[in-house]
Amino acid sequence: MWNYERRLEFPVNIKAPNAMLAQAIISQYGGPDGEMSASMRYLSQRYACPYREVAAVLTDIGTEELAHLEMVAAIVHQLTKNLSMEEIEESGFANYYVDHTIGIWPQAAGGVPFNACEFQSKGDIITDLTEDMAAEQKARSTYDNILRLVRDDPDVCEPIKFLRAREIVHFQRFGEALRIVQDRLNEKNFYAFNPGFDCTQ
Amino acid sequence: MNMHFANEQEKLLHDIGVLDFVVIELALYLDTHPTDRNAMEYYNHYNRMTNQAKKEYSEKFGPLTLALADTSDCGEWKWATLPMPWEGGCA
Repeated sequence: MWNYERRLEFPVNIKAPNAMLAQAIISQYGGPDGEMSASMRYLSQRYACPYREVAAVLTDIGTEELAHLEMVAAIVHQLTKNLSMEEIEESGFANYYVDHTIGIWPQAAGGVPFNACEFQSKGDIITDLTEDMAAEQKARSTYDNILRLVRDDPDVCEPIKFLRAREIVHFQRFGEALRIVQDRLNEKNFYAFNPGFDCTQ
Repeated sequence: MNMHFANEQEKLLHDIGVLDFVVIELALYLDTHPTDRNAMEYYNHYNRMTNQAKKEYSEKFGPLTLALADTSDCGEWKWATLPMPWEGGCA
């Protein structure tokens, strides 16, 4: 089960609304490399994982991604608060506004809705951890792209930089998890069998 | 770092963020290094400090978690009535 803690993992206190930025940053809520696909990916992959340390990594990183999902939502929410109709029209936010007003809805920056096809749960721990490492790098690239758009508002930059740094730590931990898996397999052929399936047959 | 805080609540919430970050980092590290005794000592140390800070914050400014919600000394269910963390400013 999960418990809610009534605070953000890193503070988000944005003073100046900016709907154009909000539309880019929402991609890390519901886009292809966003926090929703990250958390659902890791938390779903746990069940077919045959090694407890690796299941612990998937649980703890998946849980932290939920905290990041909340941070991204807080950023988008604060960037779209108190906008005038003129600002909504001029910033290109009208298309989002017409469907969601200023509610938070999981979509990519280009408007594509969140879809479970953005992640995989393959039931093969080598495959899953390899995807997880790629996912962390894709999210890091997305945060790099966002930082180039944000430029000079520290209220937005600082939490985005924090999120970016976490991708790098998670990549490291998934790399160690993959090493733990490989150390337990046939070193001449990691793919001789699927340790989460063939061993239980 | 020279940080300025508007009040004690803001300072304590900042400290909790710093302390809990150490706990999160150590937990992730320990998942892939589950026999590292040094890391476990660090974990125990910072986990105690974090729990203490969360308890102090919850007693003074309202519950951070349902487990820390204590209604005995006030007639208000603060879990529902205090600002939510995404509202900005000091939660």
